This record gives sequence, C-alpha cells and structure tokens, in this order.
Amino acid sequence: MKKDAVFIFSEEQLGYSFSDSHPFNQKRILLTLDLLKKSGAIVDDDIIAPRMATDEELLLAHDNKFIDIVKKAGKGELQEDAGIVFGIGTEDTPIFKNMHEASAMLVGGTLTAVDEVMQGRATYALNLGGGLHHGFHGRASGFCVYNDSSVAIKYLQKKYGARVLYIDTDAHHGDGVQWSFYDDPTVCTLSIHETGRYLFPGTGAITERGNGTGYGTSFNFPIDAFTEDDSFLSIYKTAIKEVTEYFKPDVILTQNGADAHYFDPLTHLYGTMDIYKEIPRIAREIAEEYCEGRWIAVGGGGYDIWRVVPRAWAHIWLAMKKIPAPTGPLPQDWLSKWQEQSPVKLISTWEDPVPLYEPIPRKEEINDKNAQMLSKALHIIRHQQLN
Amino acid sequence: MLIEELMIKDVITLSPENSVKDALTVMRDRKIRHLPILSADGTVVGIVTDRNLKDVVPPSISVLKDSSPYETPLAEVMTRNPITGHPMDFVEEAAVIFYDNKIGCLPIISNNKLVGIITETDLLYKYIELTGAHQPGSQIEVKVPNTPGILFEVSKVFHEQKSNVLSVLVYPDKENDANKILVIRINSMNPLKVIQGLKDSGFDVLWPNVPGIHI
Repeated sequence: MKKDAVFIFSEEQLGYSFSDSHPFNQKRILLTLDLLKKSGAIVDDDIIAPRMATDEELLLAHDNKFIDIVKKAGKGELQEDAGIVFGIGTEDTPIFKNMHEASAMLVGGTLTAVDEVMQGRATYALNLGGGLHHGFHGRASGFCVYNDSSVAIKYLQKKYGARVLYIDTDAHHGDGVQWSFYDDPTVCTLSIHETGRYLFPGTGAITERGNGTGYGTSFNFPIDAFTEDDSFLSIYKTAIKEVTEYFKPDVILTQNGADAHYFDPLTHLYGTMDIYKEIPRIAREIAEEYCEGRWIAVGGGGYDIWRVVPRAWAHIWLAMKKIPAPTGPLPQDWLSKWQEQSPVKLISTWEDPVPLYEPIPRKEEINDKNAQMLSKALHIIRHQQLN
Repeated sequence: MLIEELMIKDVITLSPENSVKDALTVMRDRKIRHLPILSADGTVVGIVTDRNLKDVVPPSISVLKDSSPYETPLAEVMTRNPITGHPMDFVEEAAVIFYDNKIGCLPIISNNKLVGIITETDLLYKYIELTGAHQPGSQIEVKVPNTPGILFEVSKVFHEQKSNVLSVLVYPDKENDANKILVIRINSMNPLKVIQGLKDSGFDVLWPNVPGIHI
C-alpha cells in the first residue's frame, strides 16, 4: 500500500561529524526523531534506512579527483594540506575518519527518498541528513562535502526523466546546487536567503538567473538582515507559487535549513517558529497542486540544535503526515531527557515565546526593500506572461 | 595593477567612413557599447559610443520616416580626440579618469597604435575581485581607531584563529573621523570564533553593519 510519507534515517547518518565543537551537528536529527516519537507522530514502520551512494552516483555531480581526495582523507592517507584546494582539511570542512563513507551515506539517503517517491511507494519522503547545498563539483565548502541535492537532481533526470524544482529556504544561499544546474533549462533552482552582504557565501543576487539555455531557471530572493516572519513568508509564498506555475515541475525537492531563526548563531535573520510551521505546509500544497504530490524534503543548516532545529524539522514531518500543527507544551519526557545535555534552556512549547526579541528599528524599510526585491526577482516571469 | 593586465586586447573598431548603421549593427551583434574609430594608418581618430548614436537616430525603428540618419558617416558623429590611456597606467588612474570625465571607456594606445580598450564593466569586475566577493566567504566589519599599527593588532586575531583572509578593505567611519572601518572577507561559513577573538581583543565588530540598528 502506498504510504503518505517516509522518514529516511539510520544511526549511520550521525557519522557525518567534523568534531564536537563544529557548528554542524547531526545530533539534530536524533533530537527531531525523538521529539516526533514522543509526540506520537511517527512509528518504526515509517522509517526507512538510507543506502550509501555509489561512486557512479556521486560522479553524476562530482569530480573523480575530488572523490579520491575525500576517500584518502577519510583513511588518513592524505598528505597535510594536499586537500586544501579541494576544500578538504579546512576550518569549515576538516578531515574526519571515514568522511567519504559518511558523506556518501547522506547522499544515499536523499537517493533513497527519491526512489520511494518516484516509484510510488510514498507520496512524500524526508531525509533530514541531506541538504548539503554548498558542495561544489570539485570542492567541499561551507560544512558540505558531497552535495546530495545536486546528485539527487541528476539522478532524477537520468533515471526518471523528471523536471525538478529545487526550493532552498536555508538562510545561506544554495550556491552549490545553483551552479550545478546554472546552464540547465530542465532544472529550476529557487533560493531564499539572507543577502550575501555579510553572510556566507556572498552570492545569490537576483541577477543570478542562469546562463545560456538555462537563463531564467535560476531564481534568487536575497532578504535583508533582520527580516522577520511576515516579510519572509510573503516572499516565500509568492515566489514558490509564481515560479512553480511558470516552470511546471514534475517533482519538488525542498532544502529545509533551519537557520533563519532569531536564535541561530550564524545568521542575522529574525524568523520565529511560525515560518517553520508554514514552509513545509505550503510546499506540500504546491506539490499537490502541480506535481501530483511528489515532494522530497531534505535538511540543511541549523545551528541552534537545541531550541530551534528539533521543533522546526518536526514540522516538516507533521506537514507530510497532514497532522495539524501542534500547539502548547512539548512532550515532558522529551524535555527532561534532552535538557540535561543542552547548554541552553530548551523552549518548552511548540510555539516560540512572545515576544521573542525587542522590536527591530527600520522594520518597515526592511519589509519595503524585500518587497521591491521580490518584484525585481519575479519581473522576468511576470513580464513574460503579459506578452 | 596595470591596465595591460586587465584590458581587452582584441578590440573591435570601425573607420570614419563606416555608417551609423554599421556601428549599430556591430554594437548589437557583439554586445558592446564603445567603438574606437581608426584612420587608414591605424591611428585612433575618434570614438563612437551608444550615447553618440542616441543623439542621431530616433529611439525606435517604427517612428522612422527618413533613413538618412543611418547613412551618416561616423566621422560626423564620433567624439574626436578621445581621452586615451597607456598600457602601463595604473588601473586606479583609469578609475579616476572615468569618474572625473564622466566617460565609460578608455582606448589604450602604445606607440600611436591602439593596443587595447578598458571599460567601466572591466573595472567593476576588478573591484569585485578586490572585495573578494567572487569566492564563497563571510564578511566582517571592524571599527578601529585610526592609529599606526592597528592593522597588525587586528590581523593577529586572524592569525591566531588560522582564518584565511580573502580581502581587506579600509574605509573612513562616517560618524567619527578618529576611526576607520575595516571590511574583511574570510573563506569560512563560521566567523564566530574570529568575531569572539576580535571582541576579546577589544575591537568593535559590526556584523552586520546597518545604520540605525545596533544589536
């Protein structure tokens, strides 16, 4: 029988770990899964173990030499500094044991999710271990070694002949995926992110629209530092609706970085849990309307792993299961279990406390600037439809 | 950096006898806006830009009754004796010339022969490279007192954190002459350790720096 949703997970996904002090921490997945279990929203039967991506699959989006370097690094066979030009052994992507296997496992998880959806065993599939959107063809970058979404999109094209719409709501620009498909008119990338003025990686301007025959299939919505819920959501809703209508995808892949939240230490956006409640529900509606439901979701950034990510990511699964967004207290056993380990006091309810922060000066100007950005970014579609 | 390292060497040119129509066609096909005009012996005698052409032809083909503007020889519309540069001029000088004279390109001349051209667009790209914005990185701004040796103190922090700096720019603090703002790009997604190091050394870190918002 066809399932409504599957959750891709195994303990092996936790092997992708640079060090205990590195901001990218896959313990987030455990925290999320435990929250869902204790909320009674997931059962063992919903969970599917990921497979490891083969070298042949990785080569769909990565360079042979780069893969060799990652393999050697993970076995301790790399001369010091030999990986630097490949982004391996840097501050952001340090070498760790078996890094090739761990990285290929995250890619394999997204491929498992793709197969579940495209072979009709599930309408939706979630791989929180994926979403490593900064990985480049021949270089690791921004905490990402292999780019699971780039590989998965190539895989969707090759195995299923699908037109793919990639939607990235991580606070950082989805540069790796964008550049992988910049020339390709059959893949559309859409990224909403804090402007690159201060934030890594610095790209993602509205003028990055694709190249050659791929012109017009790359969309960027850079929002200002200090952007709040209402402006974020209005841009997300309008952008996703108009771009989907224009591009007419067969399947939607969403990257669900949870780092646009006020608490996130690496970014300057002022989102609250409300955006994470809405983002997946709107993605699901769009997939229903335009893609017969086909929707694959992956994780991404998210560096407040205690207060933000578990609740934010739980909402993706809840949206897939069509469970109304919960309100009120989190399960007490979840709170007591994890509070011991958390260096900060956990938020005890599904909603954020109100108010979460002091009012932002210049809010109206920021909203106005974002609205102007949105209309410039969508001009290419709106103009075409008039003609 | 010298202009010869940046200039376009394969320059598209026309002669004074070519028509306005020729110029419009070349500009459209090659997606350029500036055409040096050479005499038979290869000397630059003028320059034709999209601005020169706007002065002689109507904005749209549909309003055209009289085709004669298109047949006008370029000798009649070109700017004569344009400002030129030398391949060994500094790029910064070219930028100042563009700004002071409100022009968008410089034909580059050596031994009375055209050897290249440099445009605003080329300079802008060089500026982007100077800011480091063409590579993935995070940007940090630091407000420092305008005193000798301060850059050394700041760079010590980057050294201690083993942070790879992509670019450093210095500009004046609009609010206070006694300060400078350092704009530093590093090739990491996680600038928190560097920021903490700078704060521990007593520096004022603006990340991000939006006037009117101090958080």
